[in-house]
Amino acid sequence: MATPMIELDRVAKHYGNHAAVAEVSFTIDKGEFIALMGPSGCGKTTTLRMIAGLDQPTSGEIRLWGRRLNEDAPWERDAPLVWQSYALFPFLSVRKNVEFGLKQRRLPAPERRKKAEEWMERLGIAGFAERGVDQLSGGQRQRVALARALALEPEMLLLDEPLSALDPHLRVRMQSELVRLHRELGITFICVTHSHSEAFAMADRVVIMNEGRIQQIGAPREIHRRAANRFVAEFVGGNNIFTGTARVEDDGSIALAGPVGTVHAPSPLEGGIVTGAAATLVVPADRIELAAAGTGCGNEVAARVVTVEFVGSTVTVFLETEGGGELHAQRSLHEMENTPLAVGQPVVARWSPQQGFFLPA
Amino acid sequence: MSMAALRRLLLVAYTVLVFAFIFAPIVSTIVFSFNADRFPSLPWGGFSLQWYEAIFADATIQRGLINSLIVAGVTCVIATFLGFSAAYIDYRYRFLGKSVYLALAALPPTVPVVILGVALLTFEGRVGLSGTLQGIIVGHVVLSTPFAMALVRMRLADLDPDIERAAWNLGASPWATMFGVIVPFCTPAILAAIFLTAAVSFDEFMIAWFVSGVNETLPVRVLAMLQGQVSPRINAIGAIVFGVSITLVVLAQLLLGRMSGRAARKKG
Repeated sequence: MATPMIELDRVAKHYGNHAAVAEVSFTIDKGEFIALMGPSGCGKTTTLRMIAGLDQPTSGEIRLWGRRLNEDAPWERDAPLVWQSYALFPFLSVRKNVEFGLKQRRLPAPERRKKAEEWMERLGIAGFAERGVDQLSGGQRQRVALARALALEPEMLLLDEPLSALDPHLRVRMQSELVRLHRELGITFICVTHSHSEAFAMADRVVIMNEGRIQQIGAPREIHRRAANRFVAEFVGGNNIFTGTARVEDDGSIALAGPVGTVHAPSPLEGGIVTGAAATLVVPADRIELAAAGTGCGNEVAARVVTVEFVGSTVTVFLETEGGGELHAQRSLHEMENTPLAVGQPVVARWSPQQGFFLPA
Repeated sequence: MSMAALRRLLLVAYTVLVFAFIFAPIVSTIVFSFNADRFPSLPWGGFSLQWYEAIFADATIQRGLINSLIVAGVTCVIATFLGFSAAYIDYRYRFLGKSVYLALAALPPTVPVVILGVALLTFEGRVGLSGTLQGIIVGHVVLSTPFAMALVRMRLADLDPDIERAAWNLGASPWATMFGVIVPFCTPAILAAIFLTAAVSFDEFMIAWFVSGVNETLPVRVLAMLQGQVSPRINAIGAIVFGVSITLVVLAQLLLGRMSGRAARKKG
C-alpha cells in the first residue's frame, strides 16, 4: 500500500489531567478534503493545531510522507492555516499580508510581488491590494487569509472554522468557493468545523470526534446512512432514534417494540441482536413518507402533526404517535406544496424496513 | 439665557479657571524670563534676552544641561527596551508568580522618590557608581521603566494572540516574528515610551540630587542656584526645561492618540 500523506498514530494531547485529545489515529491521502467535525471541546481544533505544530502531542506520532513530524517547529512546516479569527497582520496592507510567507522564504521581491498579485487576482482581492486589513469586510478578510496561506503553494491547507464568522449568504458562497479551490489546486484540505452541513457539503471524508476520540470516519453519505453509534446519529441530525425491545422474526429480520409501536428492520450484518434484548434503531427522517392512509405493508405508524418547520427547501414535520412516541420526517418543500399539512391533522408515517438500521450495541 | 446655555458657560468658565491655576505659574515664569528687570514685578521692565544670554554663558548650567540630555537620552533607550521586554513577557507567557512579577515591575514609581534616592545612594556607593552619570542613569531607568512597560502593554493588549502564531505558521522564526510583527505593531507605543521616559528623566530631581555628586543635572543645578539667590536666570532655565518636557510629552500623546484612534476604528 502506498504511504498515506499524513498519518496520526495514537496521537494524544493532555493538559494536566484533562485529555483534549484522548487518542486519535487516522490517515489522510494526498488531495483529500477532510473535515474534522464535532461539538466544541471535542479536540478537533487541537488535532488541527498539532498538525500545524502549534501544539505538541503528549504522546503518539504525526507523520508526513512517513517521516516523523513531532519535533519540527511550526515555522519549519509547510502547513499554512486559515484562522478562525483570520489573524491578519493589522499594520500591513493586503499585499504585504499576502507576501508575508513568501518573504520568510526569502523569495526575491519581484517574484514575491508577482505571486502575491496572482493569488490576490485569483481570490478577487486585487482591487484593494494597498488597503489596510482593518478597512475590509469579513468576507474580504477571509479571502486575504486564504490568499496569504495559498501564496505559499503548500501541499496542504489547514482551515479552522473558516466559515463561522461569515454572514449566512456569504457562507454558502465561500463554501462552494473552497470546494472549487480544492478541486483546482489538487492539494489536501483539512478543515475543522462544528457544522455538519458544512462538513458534509465540502469534504470527501469526515472525521467525527467527541470528547477527544474519533466516533466515526467516512464519506458523508456513509455517515448519514450508517451512523456508527448514537452520538453520531444524534450529532449529524435528521435521524429518528428508537430504543426498544427486540424480537427476532422467522425470516431473520428484527421487530422492535418501542415508543412508536412495533416496527421492523433488517438484522445487522454483524448479528448480535437476540429476542428480548434492548436495541436502538435509526431511521433517517428523509426516508419517512407521509400518507393519508396506510397500505398494509412496510412500517406504518399512525400519528398526528405537531409542528411543521420550513428550512430552505426542506420541510421537517414533527409527529406524535397515538402511544405518545415522537418522530419526525423530512420532505422537500416542492412535495409539501402539493399536500399541505395542518397542525393536528392525522397522517400515516411509513417507511420500508430496509431504510432503518440498528446501532451496534 | 436658557439654562442649558448657562450651564455650558459655567462649565467652560470652570475649565478655563482650572487650566489658569495650573498654568499661571508656568506662564509667569516664561513671561518674566524675557523681562529686563531684575525682579519679577509688574509693570514689565521691557523685553530682554539677557537672562538667556546669562545662562548660556554660565558653564555650570551648560554642563547641567548637557548632563541632563545625556542622562535622558541613555535612560529613554534602556528604559524603553526593558519596558518592552517586560511587557512582551507578560503578553507571551503564562507562568507561576506572574502577578508578583507584574507587581514588582510596576512598583518603582509608587515608592517615594526620597526613599528611592537614599536607597540608590547607599547601594551605588557600595558598587562605585555614586557620583557618576551612569549612577543617575541607573536610578532613572529604575524609575521610568514601568511607564514604558505600561505603554507597550496597552498596545499589546490589542494584538490578537493568534497573530504571532500565524507568523510562525507562515514560516517566520521567533526572531523574524519579533522584528517583522511584534515590533512594527508596537512602534507607536515604543516611540511614545521613548519620549515619555526621556521626559521623566529630564525632569527628575530627587534621585539625581542624591546620586549626582559633582555631575549635576539641570534640575539639581537649578536648586543649587535657588539656594544662593533668586535670579531671573531661573525663569529662563524653567522656560527651556518646560519647552523640552512639553515637547516630549506632546509627542508621546500624539502617538498614543494615533494608536487608540486606530484601535477605535477597528472596533467600529
